[in-house]
Amino acid sequence: MGYMDSAGRRPGQGPDRVVYLDHAATTPLLPEALSAMTEELGQLGNPSSLHNAGRRARRVVEESREQIADVFDARPSEVIFTAGGTEADNLAVKGLYWARQGGRQGGPGKRRRVLTTPVEHHAVLDSVHWLTEHEAAEQSLLPVDPAGALRPGTLAGAIEASPGSVALVTVMWANNEVGTVQPVAELAGIAHEHGIPFHTDAVQAAGQLPVSFAASGADAMTITAHKFGGPVGAGALLLARGVQPVPVLHGGGQESEVRSGTLDAPAIRAFAVAATVMAGRRQQEAARLAGLRDDLIAQVRAAVPDAVLNGPPAGPGRLPGNVHFSFPGCEGDALLMLLDAKGIACSTGSACTAGVAQPSHVLLAMGADEARARGSLRFSLGHTTTQQDVDALGAVIGEVVQRARRAL
Amino acid sequence: MERLRVLAAMSGGVDSAVAAARAADAGHEVTGVHLALSANPQPHRTGARGCCTVEDARDARRAADVIGIPFYVWDMAERFSRDVVDDFVAEYARGRTPNPCLRCNEKIKFAAVLDRAVALGFDAVCTGHHARLDGGRLRRSVDGGKDQSYVLAVLTRRQLDRAMFPLGSSTKAQVRAEAAARGMAVAAKPDSHDVCFIPDGDTRAFLASRLGDAPGRIVTQDGALIGQHEGAYAFTVGQRKGLRVGAPASDGKPRYVLDIEPASRTVTVGPREALDTREIVAERAVWTGCEPLAGPRHCLVQLRAHGEVHPATAELDGELLRIRLHEPARGVARGQAAVLYDGDTVLGSGTIAATG
Repeated sequence: MGYMDSAGRRPGQGPDRVVYLDHAATTPLLPEALSAMTEELGQLGNPSSLHNAGRRARRVVEESREQIADVFDARPSEVIFTAGGTEADNLAVKGLYWARQGGRQGGPGKRRRVLTTPVEHHAVLDSVHWLTEHEAAEQSLLPVDPAGALRPGTLAGAIEASPGSVALVTVMWANNEVGTVQPVAELAGIAHEHGIPFHTDAVQAAGQLPVSFAASGADAMTITAHKFGGPVGAGALLLARGVQPVPVLHGGGQESEVRSGTLDAPAIRAFAVAATVMAGRRQQEAARLAGLRDDLIAQVRAAVPDAVLNGPPAGPGRLPGNVHFSFPGCEGDALLMLLDAKGIACSTGSACTAGVAQPSHVLLAMGADEARARGSLRFSLGHTTTQQDVDALGAVIGEVVQRARRAL
Repeated sequence: MERLRVLAAMSGGVDSAVAAARAADAGHEVTGVHLALSANPQPHRTGARGCCTVEDARDARRAADVIGIPFYVWDMAERFSRDVVDDFVAEYARGRTPNPCLRCNEKIKFAAVLDRAVALGFDAVCTGHHARLDGGRLRRSVDGGKDQSYVLAVLTRRQLDRAMFPLGSSTKAQVRAEAAARGMAVAAKPDSHDVCFIPDGDTRAFLASRLGDAPGRIVTQDGALIGQHEGAYAFTVGQRKGLRVGAPASDGKPRYVLDIEPASRTVTVGPREALDTREIVAERAVWTGCEPLAGPRHCLVQLRAHGEVHPATAELDGELLRIRLHEPARGVARGQAAVLYDGDTVLGSGTIAATG
C-alpha cells in the first residue's frame, strides 16, 4: 500500500538528489566497469573448466589478472582473487600466522606474537583477536600517535623485544576512518630485517595513493574493487613470490590452491577495468580530491568553528579524499540522521552492532575520549564528487550541528 | 490535516509496524526508529517473551522498507537500564509491585525518545499502543481486551500532546489482518508479553540475581510465625499459590499474601477477606482528562493492567489522591497505578502508595 519511488521512498519523503560523501564505504560503479561486467554476465563458463566455454572465461580472468598486476606493480602470479577485502585480510592474517607455526593449526610453534595497530579495520583486528582466542596467538596493538600513525621506532622496539616470537606484522596502508597514511615501506623494511612477514591492508589507499606492491616491500597486500569504481564482491590478496599462507577456503584448488572457489569472471573483469581506469586518472584525481577536501574542511570550520579535524593535517600524510570531524556537544548518529534527511550521505565511520553505532575504536586509540569518539562524522570524497557536493554540505552543516546539540 | 514530522517507534512487532504505516498513509512525514533497549541483545527471541533482539531490529527495518520510510536504530539501553530496570528492582526492594511498562512510557518512550525527537525537529512520537486520543484526552481502545490506556495513563498532558496512537479504533485482529494485507512479514509474529527485559519470564530469579535471595519469615496478621520462605521476591499481594506453610489455617480456608515487608523480608498472610481494600492512597497524580480535582468525584478506577474497573470516589488531599472504593477490591498492590476513568476516558492516574 502507498506509493514509493525507485529509491523505496514515498513522495515527499526525503530530497531527490543525494549528495554522496561516503566513498570510503563504497563508490559508484564506473560506467566502463558496469558495461564490461554486464557483457561478461551474459557469457557462460566456469573459468576452471577445460572446454571452450571454460577457456574463454579463464582468459577473461587471466587478462584481468595481468591488468590488475600491472596497475599495482606486481607479477600476475602474485595476484590471488578473493571475494573482497575482508576475505583477503582474513586469509593474510590467519593464513600467514598458521604458516609461521610450521603450517599446522594450533601446532606448538614459538612464533605466537602478531604485531598490529589498534586503528586497523575490523577485518584485520577481529581476525587477530580470533587467533588469540582460538590459536594461542598473542596480539600486540602497537600504540599510534594522536594522528593515528605508527612510528617505525615503535615497531622496531616491539620486534626487538623478542624477534623470534613474532609470527607477522600487519599494518594498514591508509586508515579508512581518519585517513592516516602509514610509512608502509619503512615498516616492511623493519619487519624484514628480522625475517618477519609484513601484510598491509591497502583497501583505502588503492585508487587515491600511488600503491606499488613491489616498491612497498610488503609480503602481502589487500585490495578491493568497490573502493575505486569497481563492483562489490571482487578483491585480491597480493602475495609476494614464495609467500604461502595456509588457505582458509579449501575446495577445488583454484588460485594456486591458496583460495578455492569458482572465480567470478564478470566481477573480476569489472575489477580490472576499474583498476585500469583509476590508474590512468589517479594523479589528477588525487589532486582534485585534495582540493575539494581542503575546501570542505574550510567550509566546515567556517560554519562550526569548534569542530575538531581528526587525523593528520591535510597534506601528504592524509588520504586526499578523507575528512573526519568531531563536533563537540553532538552525537554522530543524530548528525547523520539530520544530514540524511537533507539528502547528504556520510558516515559515523564506526562499526555497527545490531544497528547501534559504537564509538569509533580508531578515535579511542588516538586518545580521544568517548564523547568525542561518539560525536564524529566522516566525509569521504571520490570519483563522482563535485564542488556542488562540498558546497551543499557547507550550506547546512552549521544548522545541523546546532540542532543536534539540542538533542543531546 | 496538518502534515507532521512523526517519529514512529518500531519495536519489530506487528502493532508498531501497522501504526507507522497508518501514520504514513495519513500523509505525515514518518521516520521509523527501533529503540535498542537491551544492553546485551540476544540474536533472536525464544518464545513470546523478551524483546529488542537483533531479529526484532531486523523485523522493524523490514517493516519500514515495506512502508517506504527512513529507518534508524537509537541506543537507549543505558537510560532504559537506569530508568526502567533499576527502578523495577528498587521498587521490589521497597516491597512494592512495579509495572515497568508504565515507567518505560513515562521515562523512555515519551520522555527520552520524545525529547530527542523534538530536539531533532519532529512534531510527534507514534506508537502501536492500543488506545485512542480524543481532543487531547486518552481513551480506551475499541478492543477492550487489548486496551493499553492503563499503561499510558501516567503520561502528562504535555506528553500526550505530542503522542500519536493510530491503532485505537481497531481491534487486534483487524491490525493483524491489515499487516498481512500490507505484505508485512510481522503479521504473524506473536506478541511479546510480560516483562520485556526478563526473556525467560522468571522474575523471581531475575530479582534474586540483583537483590539476593531475601529469605525470611511467613507470619499471620497477629504476628505468629507459621513458616519460612526462600525469597521475598517470589510474592505479590493477593497471591495464593507458592505459600509453603506447614499447617493449614485454623479455619481451613486458603491463605493469601497480604503484605511484604522489605526490610525484614517478612511476608504476612491471611484469609481472603483480609485482602479487601476499600481505601487507596496514591501519589504523583497526573491529570489529563480533567482539571485536578477540586472536590470529590465519582469515577471508575482500574488498579492493574488488564484488571477490572471499580466504582469509586476520588478526592485530592494536598499532594495525595485518596480513592474510596464503593465495593472492596482484592490484590491491590503498592507500586501499581490507580487509573481513574470516566466511562472509557482517562481522567488521571496516581501511583498506589498505601491501601486500607
